Amino acid sequence: METVKTQDIAVNDLAWEIEYHADRCTMCGSCVASCTFGAIKPTVQQQSITVSEGNQPNPVHQHIVRPIIKQEASIANACTGCGMCEKVCPNNAIRPVRNSDTRKTLLSRDSGPIKRGGRTNLNAQRTLDSIVVGRISQMTDPSLDSQRHTFDIRAPFGRVLSPRELPFKMVGGKLEMAHKTPPVNWIYPLVFSDMSIGALSTRAWEAVAMATAYLNEKCGLPVRMSSGEGGMPVKLLESEYLKYSILQIASGHFGWNRIIKALPKMVTDPAGVLIKIGQGAKPGDGGLLPAAKVAEHVQAIRGVPKATLSSPPNHQGLYSIEESVQKMHLSLNAAFGFRVPVAIKCAASATSVSVYNNLLRDPYKICGGFFIDGIQGGTGAANEISLDHTGHPIVSKLRDCYLAAVKQGLQGQIPLFAGGGIGMTGNAAADAFKMICLGANGVFCGKILIQLLGCVGNEQGRCNSCNTGKCPTGICTQDPRLVKRLDIDRGAQKIVDYVLAFDMELRKLMAPIGNSSLPVGRSDALVSTDKAIADKLGIQYVC
Amino acid sequence: MCRIGSIKSKVPFHPSKALHLMLPQQEGHDNSGFAMVMQDLYGIFSNYKDKPLLSLACTQRGAQMVEEYMDSHNFVQLAEWVPVPNKQPGLDIKAMPYYIFRNYDYPEHYNEKTQGQREDLLMDTRLALRTLLETAGEGYVYSFWPDVLTLKEIGDPRDIATYFRLWDDNGCLVAKSIVAQCRQNTNYDIVRYAAHPFFLQGYTLCANGENTFYTKNKEFQKSLHRGYTGFESDSQNFLYTLHYVLHELKWPIDYYKHVITPLPFAEIEERPDKDVLKAIRQSLANLEINGPNTIIANLPDGRMITCCDSKKLRPVVIGGDDTTIAISSEVCGLNEIMPDRDMTKDIYPNEREVVVIDNNLEVQRWKQ
Repeated sequence: METVKTQDIAVNDLAWEIEYHADRCTMCGSCVASCTFGAIKPTVQQQSITVSEGNQPNPVHQHIVRPIIKQEASIANACTGCGMCEKVCPNNAIRPVRNSDTRKTLLSRDSGPIKRGGRTNLNAQRTLDSIVVGRISQMTDPSLDSQRHTFDIRAPFGRVLSPRELPFKMVGGKLEMAHKTPPVNWIYPLVFSDMSIGALSTRAWEAVAMATAYLNEKCGLPVRMSSGEGGMPVKLLESEYLKYSILQIASGHFGWNRIIKALPKMVTDPAGVLIKIGQGAKPGDGGLLPAAKVAEHVQAIRGVPKATLSSPPNHQGLYSIEESVQKMHLSLNAAFGFRVPVAIKCAASATSVSVYNNLLRDPYKICGGFFIDGIQGGTGAANEISLDHTGHPIVSKLRDCYLAAVKQGLQGQIPLFAGGGIGMTGNAAADAFKMICLGANGVFCGKILIQLLGCVGNEQGRCNSCNTGKCPTGICTQDPRLVKRLDIDRGAQKIVDYVLAFDMELRKLMAPIGNSSLPVGRSDALVSTDKAIADKLGIQYVC
Repeated sequence: MCRIGSIKSKVPFHPSKALHLMLPQQEGHDNSGFAMVMQDLYGIFSNYKDKPLLSLACTQRGAQMVEEYMDSHNFVQLAEWVPVPNKQPGLDIKAMPYYIFRNYDYPEHYNEKTQGQREDLLMDTRLALRTLLETAGEGYVYSFWPDVLTLKEIGDPRDIATYFRLWDDNGCLVAKSIVAQCRQNTNYDIVRYAAHPFFLQGYTLCANGENTFYTKNKEFQKSLHRGYTGFESDSQNFLYTLHYVLHELKWPIDYYKHVITPLPFAEIEERPDKDVLKAIRQSLANLEINGPNTIIANLPDGRMITCCDSKKLRPVVIGGDDTTIAISSEVCGLNEIMPDRDMTKDIYPNEREVVVIDNNLEVQRWKQ
């Protein structure tokens, strides 16, 4: 009997099912208005129910037609679990529920590979959570007081010379600089990672930029923010606040036309330049900005028409790492008069140590930082197959790079910054501290910043719709109606509050191990309850 | 926590003075060992001040191995002091069979070599002897340097002194400078090499405290110089950094403190020499120490220095009179050996201070 068409999509094929209580619903329409994915719609439903309408009970069985909210049974309009409906419903009448028997992944490739934003949902394992700060100062040496002692929480950003290369001359028994050295800025060891205007809404980008400025100007924390590939507003380029920004150049070179034109009008130097070679979330793949998000202002900043913007996987002018150092590093250094450190960002890879060795041994001493981005990094848009099946975990890779430098006595010369999953559980300070003990000079993070702004996406497949232009929180969309959902000031405040707590928490971890400056490479401070992890990282196994 | 002490004098004095400096502080240490480095030697070593003196403790087989090595490398034995131990029963000492303090002349072909080449020869010889004895498990070599004698042993310092007859001042074993310490390693394995003071190419150092950046220091120092070995104690890092800054980089002593306990960035920014200080902090970040410490060191030119960690978590006091100045973890040590000194002139250095005592016993105090 042909009661069902096998290939028809039903809501139980989708990743999220809407749990709806018609008896609580007042049909106010808030949920439908809030759902950016068109996953629910108001409709009518014939129901067979018993009703009693008079003052006295007078139950009558009726077939009536009632308005209800109903989930769309379509892949294109699938519920993403963002929960905006639940957030706005005054009567708790509706919410998305995860469907463990979903067939959505299987059925979503009708128009090509699946694209989405967010993080890997497959490789979200937490190496750092099996590591504990286990070397506590007890009796042999005193712990410090996180409230009372001063802590020097700073990371170098720039090429550090070996002691023998320092151009010192002796004048009257004192050392003096004989000539210039590569620029090094000491920054806060938490870098706001590169999320472009385009990937983010202008409001979200502005909130991050405001938080950065506030942390610098009011809180004394020299936090730096990377622009992401896509340039910056000219007003900001020509303002004093440029000094808090790290300009990113990626393979699409988007935004650099404006940056170069703004160069003569810059009143201060940027904090640095970051050459993006690769990204942990989608290594070997270039940036991707779907046409849906290329709004007018994005076209203006980047100087492009409305079209999907794909950055190539490589910087097209480069064919070797030596050339990359000579051509890109040197020209970007030259562009800013050798006053601005130029660093490089690569996706973590089995080859990261080779890359780092090449940079360390470069005779020009020109690379001012190595940013390694692990598989758990986020992205605004990528092929799901890249997100879930390519990349490299960051923890052991960072450690490998540090130890490679140690082996050559070159540790610290090119500062290491690690990212990709930092703060995934909400505790960025613990993650950062452990990475620093393993050899990082600092960490960078992006995903938690937008999560602080209000992003509800996670690595269990919730939302992850940054690529659609339909971001329900107004963070990763250019739709002016959606963008208005985001309160810039409150968003910036959340980031500021988080970083201030982060700073206190770092002290809370530095104090018990007795350190007032960052314990870069102090692997003896860490122990692991996982033997394999302990062995791999060269730290003590404990049980 | 260790107690450390040193004495520098215009007139040669006997090691018992160092023991008297240390023993009143015994509540702070566990009397588990005694170690000292004597420099600027007089008595029986007076005539050989420019000839390298080998200090070692070994077995009979070890002594033979050393002799063979030195002969085959053309060192000529000049003089020797082999202590005749007082083996009275009941002494708390884990004695080695032989203690040898022997002056050598340089191999003949080294007469035309530079001072630097001679220094390297002495260090390389000591390292080779160390490897030789360590591999065979036949002994320990502590120093091989002109005018420097090192003695280390495990046990009660009073009994060790009795064993070596250090209480009897017969004038044969005297020096103008002694750095001493009365404890074996308590944090890690008890190894003779782990007891400070440590010595390297004219630099002597002992430290009271913990170096919480031991791992960082060690990982970096291993690649800096072949003489930076052992690492049996986290205090060796201080010596190696001292040697690196002064001997290798040839920077003035003023900069040692900037390397081990750099100023906070906010303070550096206010200094006229901020470029230099920042460059030092950047390039030598791995030699920073962090943790409670006091350091006493002797430099090759005879100057004695002391400084503390950046939070002054470990004490130190300097006191003296016209002929003698002593540095001590606790003032009771000074009171024992110099009860009549002017105590109002005692110096308690602060966390940013370095105190330098020159050969005329002039004391310089300067802020980092």
